[in-house]
Amino acid sequence: MAHTRRSTDHSKPLATLLVAAAVAVVGLLIVVPLASVFYEAFARGAGQWWKALADDPDTRHAIWLSLTVAPVAVAINTVFGIAAAWLVARFRFPGRSLLISLFDVPFSVSPVVAGLALVLIFGRQGVLGPALAWLDWKVIFAWPGLVLATTFVTLPLVVRELLPVMESIGPEEEMAAVSLGASGWQVFWRVTLPNIRWALLHGIVLANARAMGEFGAVYVVSGHIAGATDTMPLRVEKLFQEYRQPASMAVASVLAGLALITLVAKFIIERRLEAEARDLEANRSQTDSLDHTKVEGGVA
Amino acid sequence: MSIHVREISKSFGSFKALDNVSLEVPEGTLLALLGPSGSGKTTLLRIIAGLEFADEGTIEEDGEDITGRHARQREVGFVFQHYALFRHMSVFENVAFGLRVRKVPQAEVKAKVEELLRLVRLEGLGGRKPAQLSGGQRQRVALARALAIRPKILLLDEPFGALDAKVRVELRQWLRRLHDEIGMTSVFVTHDQEEAFELADTVVVMNHGKIEQQGTPDEVFDHPATPFVMDFLGNVNVYHGRVENGRAFWHGIPIDYPEYPHAQAREARVYLRPHELEISAPAAVANRLGTSLPASILRVTRTGSITRVTCQPHGSEQELQVDVPTEVARRLQINLEPGTHVAITPRKARVFVPDPEYVI
Repeated sequence: MAHTRRSTDHSKPLATLLVAAAVAVVGLLIVVPLASVFYEAFARGAGQWWKALADDPDTRHAIWLSLTVAPVAVAINTVFGIAAAWLVARFRFPGRSLLISLFDVPFSVSPVVAGLALVLIFGRQGVLGPALAWLDWKVIFAWPGLVLATTFVTLPLVVRELLPVMESIGPEEEMAAVSLGASGWQVFWRVTLPNIRWALLHGIVLANARAMGEFGAVYVVSGHIAGATDTMPLRVEKLFQEYRQPASMAVASVLAGLALITLVAKFIIERRLEAEARDLEANRSQTDSLDHTKVEGGVA
Repeated sequence: MSIHVREISKSFGSFKALDNVSLEVPEGTLLALLGPSGSGKTTLLRIIAGLEFADEGTIEEDGEDITGRHARQREVGFVFQHYALFRHMSVFENVAFGLRVRKVPQAEVKAKVEELLRLVRLEGLGGRKPAQLSGGQRQRVALARALAIRPKILLLDEPFGALDAKVRVELRQWLRRLHDEIGMTSVFVTHDQEEAFELADTVVVMNHGKIEQQGTPDEVFDHPATPFVMDFLGNVNVYHGRVENGRAFWHGIPIDYPEYPHAQAREARVYLRPHELEISAPAAVANRLGTSLPASILRVTRTGSITRVTCQPHGSEQELQVDVPTEVARRLQINLEPGTHVAITPRKARVFVPDPEYVI
């Protein structure tokens, strides 16, 4: 298909126009703003940039908080994602499609609403408020609340990555492992996990990026207390509101840098995923066609 | 190890996959479950393996009830239809899997796997990944992997279904030899009658979750128990006629059927296999009037050793297939061309009368 398109001459001007439009939009909306963040952050040199990050205790705390909240949320997501994807991919039960739709709720609900919902449940006036007060557990305006809010908004990312991969692999390898005497854990560690590892890593990278950058839901449950519950994105906003643009840009550049690392990781993982999908295809090939495969390989 | 399946039933929702099936597999037998898709043969195989559980009935191995036993404790080797090899593991690790999960020492694993790879003629390919193997090689890896755990029973689900014709025939003969060597009780599922008849000691024909017939290949082929078996074995001329006074009629030609001695005529179906019909010049059978059928040749096709002659009996719209060995066809005193008048004599015919309850 792609080859035919490229060779048909009459569509060339249109293609050029569309490519130019795409490049302009991406450049104007993504590349230039992102580059300007780095430009602003380093405008007074790397020394000043480092001072803005390291000398402000509230900023230091915000970075530390983000680096602890995000991994915990991602870990919860990983366990939930594997369990949920396995359940949905391997079993047929009433309400299965409803459950799959529910996985997507965090994508469709505004993060602010999600934060408010958590306050309604876990806040002092909330449903679980009295019980939490009795236990002396602080959830809202504290670290557990940040983890809950971050987990909520990133919930679909791992399960959504795993589900299609698990469905395309099918249950046969797991069944073969069982018939060879493997226990449930052995099946998981030796067969299921190696088969889904790249999809899982992809989901983890995406969830981590989202967790690091989350603003809305965390804003509501954190109470925005500097040096206590401010995460990096909240810190960026607060510094900006306080007209401390260089400091704000310095923190923002850290977030943007994380995004770039994510991008590279995502690119590498996606290539692995494509290779695995090709392997799966080759394994499924219906006929005894090793020689044919070689011929096709030569053409491609 | 012998297997005894007793009155097994299994439904998936409203679909009855198995309906009160009983089956005995004596020690050392190679048994084929033959049937069309949806006949329940794979479900039965999976129930024997413990990968699926029956709603009713029991499974015994050597007289011991193992109905509730999990697949991992059944000591059954299972070869999956598309092999289900572990994609991310090498051929060696695939074969070693059953030993690894049993915590067998490394040296023993190595010796055992190498022995098995020799047995399935894949020495030297242990380092390959499944994706780098041909279909036939993958099939043999799957077999070696199943044999590694020293199973007492070997179960194979459509073992040759995904292979091309030439490899299929080779592997089939190889599997038969392997079975004779190790003598393990084996059950395989197939929809290919040729495969079942060539490979198995016992053929079990299944349809709609029930066993239609069980017997040696010769028994099943020569004495099909039901119209379904006759139809499924394929390549047969069917004629809807009548039966009365111990005789059925095929285009007016009487065929003995002593099972129905009554005077009241009943509907009956007459089945004739193409190779059980004889073709000759009309003059040659002139003195045997009433035992052969006058017909005209419509088409002649030669497929190697068999010449297939399609005829039309005079006064009928039906077509009739007659298979003549090409050697014999050459010596026939007739012109095998469309339009030639011939006489057709049945050497053997089978009559089926529908169950009485269906008759008005």
